[in-house]
Amino acid sequence: MNTGTFERGTHPPDNKALSAAKSITEAKVPSRVIIPLSQHIGAPCQAKVAVGDLVKKGQIIGSADAFVSSPVHATVSGKVVAIAPFPHTMGRDIPAIVIENDGKEEWAEGIKEHSDWGSLDAAALRDIVKTAGIVGMGGATFPTHVKLSPPKEKKIDCVIINGAECEPYLTADHRVMLEEPGAVVNGLKILMKIAGVSKGYIGIEDNKPDAVAAMEAVTKGDSSIDVYSLKVKYPQGAEKMLIKAIVGKEVPAGGLPMDVGVIVQNVGTAVAVYEAVRYGRPLLERVVSVTGRGINETKNLKVRIGTPLSQLVAECGGFKFDTGKVIAGGPMMGMAQSNLDSPVIKGTSGLLVLDPEESEIAVHGPCIRCGRCIDACPMGLQPQMLSVLAEKGFYEEMKEYDLMNCFECGTCAYVCPAKRPIVQWVKLAKMSLARK
Amino acid sequence: MSEDQHKLIVSVSPHVRSDESVQRIMWMVSLALMPAFAASIYYFGIQALIVQLVTIAACVGFEAATQKIVGKPVTITDGSAVLTGLLLGFNLPANIPLYIPVTGSLVAITITKHLFGGLGYNIFNPALIGRAFVLISWPKAMTTWMEPVKSIASMDAVSAATPLNIAKMEGMGKLVEQFGGTSALYSNLFFGSVSGSLGETSALAILLGGIFLLVRGYITWHIPVSFIGTVALVAAVTGGDPVFHLLAGGLMLGAFFMATDYVTGPSTRKAQLVFGAGCGLLTMLIRLKGGYPEGVMFAILIMNCFAPLLDRGMRSKTFGAVVKKKEAAA
Ligand code: SF4
Ligand code: SF4
Repeated sequence: MNTGTFERGTHPPDNKALSAAKSITEAKVPSRVIIPLSQHIGAPCQAKVAVGDLVKKGQIIGSADAFVSSPVHATVSGKVVAIAPFPHTMGRDIPAIVIENDGKEEWAEGIKEHSDWGSLDAAALRDIVKTAGIVGMGGATFPTHVKLSPPKEKKIDCVIINGAECEPYLTADHRVMLEEPGAVVNGLKILMKIAGVSKGYIGIEDNKPDAVAAMEAVTKGDSSIDVYSLKVKYPQGAEKMLIKAIVGKEVPAGGLPMDVGVIVQNVGTAVAVYEAVRYGRPLLERVVSVTGRGINETKNLKVRIGTPLSQLVAECGGFKFDTGKVIAGGPMMGMAQSNLDSPVIKGTSGLLVLDPEESEIAVHGPCIRCGRCIDACPMGLQPQMLSVLAEKGFYEEMKEYDLMNCFECGTCAYVCPAKRPIVQWVKLAKMSLARK
Repeated sequence: MSEDQHKLIVSVSPHVRSDESVQRIMWMVSLALMPAFAASIYYFGIQALIVQLVTIAACVGFEAATQKIVGKPVTITDGSAVLTGLLLGFNLPANIPLYIPVTGSLVAITITKHLFGGLGYNIFNPALIGRAFVLISWPKAMTTWMEPVKSIASMDAVSAATPLNIAKMEGMGKLVEQFGGTSALYSNLFFGSVSGSLGETSALAILLGGIFLLVRGYITWHIPVSFIGTVALVAAVTGGDPVFHLLAGGLMLGAFFMATDYVTGPSTRKAQLVFGAGCGLLTMLIRLKGGYPEGVMFAILIMNCFAPLLDRGMRSKTFGAVVKKKEAAA
């Protein structure tokens, strides 16, 4: 078996048993969906419909001319009832198109199946991916077609499918690999064809041996695809760590995976790519793990993009306690939500509800210079220096300590015995420097 | 519970934290000192217990008082003052007048720790500064050691020089003779049946605690190994007796419990190796050439000054940094 890992990192309890055994079930289609015009990194979309318009499922309702962007689609058929700023899981209100579901589930015209997708060329495939609005579904939401269009001087040698799912609690990718391994592999093959490479990898943390087995079973005899069982260690699923673990290369500081000839895509993204190409379906739904000790029932739900978070909570039996933290994404990098009207977006991998005790905000003390953060930082940074400088507001000086290479994985803050909010300070410092 | 009655707590990620805390670390290190604490009472009797309890109480008291006076929250439950008290007590002779540990505690806690900003900000190890201060102020009382009594009740102290002192003043031969052979000397040093500071005489007890800290990850091997290794190396190279130098004096205590203090040592592992080696070199320099028979305390204090510098100079490599440099050079 192929194995691997990266240096440093940490081991938070994975808590995946809460939902790992739950098969993916279809969530109720909501009576109205909220489709934010920005669900990706890059230029926000412009609305292509007006209030009162009738739209069909799969119809593009927002797009942008910029290259780094991704269109958004109606995920139900019905009537546009509002186009206005709306709460968003990223924390601030963002313009969104609200569609009243007519319940007819009518598909837009021009949905084209390709049972012969093997015969499509790279350009045609890339076009399908772009039109389907596919973005990185692990949470990063970077438009997939952009990743698949590296500048000419960057030679790509392989595509890696990220099935690490290193965030504690989350089990969406795990379930997808168990239940749709064929779609994952076909998605990978399409991605390899677009990238023009003959080598593909699937990296999975070894706390999911059943997923490793499932992926190995469907790739057996195919020497172009290798499945890697990776050591359970956070953040194994971070692109740079994953690449290091599988192909042994270090993405240059400040660089991108393509600088070492690699394209990384998440498991969910691979499935979305396959479904877009094979069935002509744009990205309308995704699997969301609803989990945590604060929710009555944990589930892995296939959810329409635009479904309000409150509906997922209701569908899982509601909250167990009267206070708690609700997080979009995982506990290490996810965003705590202040408003459950926010909808599920393309990058919403999980909805985690912590119980009151887990939700308590840690009181931080002074840095005792224990070095635990330094031993754990996957980027080899000095989080303790970053934290001390940030606390005093010395943001410029933080740059000398490679502030910009911190990708806010939270490993340092997780291990810190003084509970220092290092990520919060790093974010503040970056924002303040960006404003200058 | 319906979602509109639900109070949502919001904070920045990460939303989970390890269960390690500063408080737990301090109490765990204190726990690791318990074998040596017990050994000190075994060898030096009730007197040892009194000195140590007074020192701990004084440290905790001065911490609370200082924090009250400057209007900061009182943090005595975090265990750090208790730990300082334990370490300071370990560095005193059993038969010392009690105003000395109290003064040492004041210097350790109020001046060395809180004048510099409190836990995390002090440059020097508080217990060691406290000890250095009282050693300089009351040299006689601080170097009047008593022989191990091995009786809880015994109060009549017989004073005796420490093995390091004898070796320095009268030579190794005399020392071996006094103990009736090299192996007897070694075994007395190992178990702690020699005169010296309360907590430092039993290498065995300190090793037990040190191993506990290593196994539980509260310290790493870098400082103890480089510190002790350097001492052994210098002893061997200069024709001394490495085993004697390892077991005598405060080396074990210093290497496992004082030089490893997070706050006053370097935090990067590479810097810790250099730090430990520096401590070892200076210890031997003082032991062999200096005016004091023992050099562990001053060695660590001197190296404390360099800790931030070492950290700065020996940063870990940023992920992907080398690749970038190579490209730039090409
Ligand atoms: S959040 Fe930044 S500094 Fe902290 S461990 Fe992750 S990369 Fe390192
Ligand atoms: S883990 Fe926390 S206390 Fe320890 S060095 Fe890092 S920031 Fe300081």
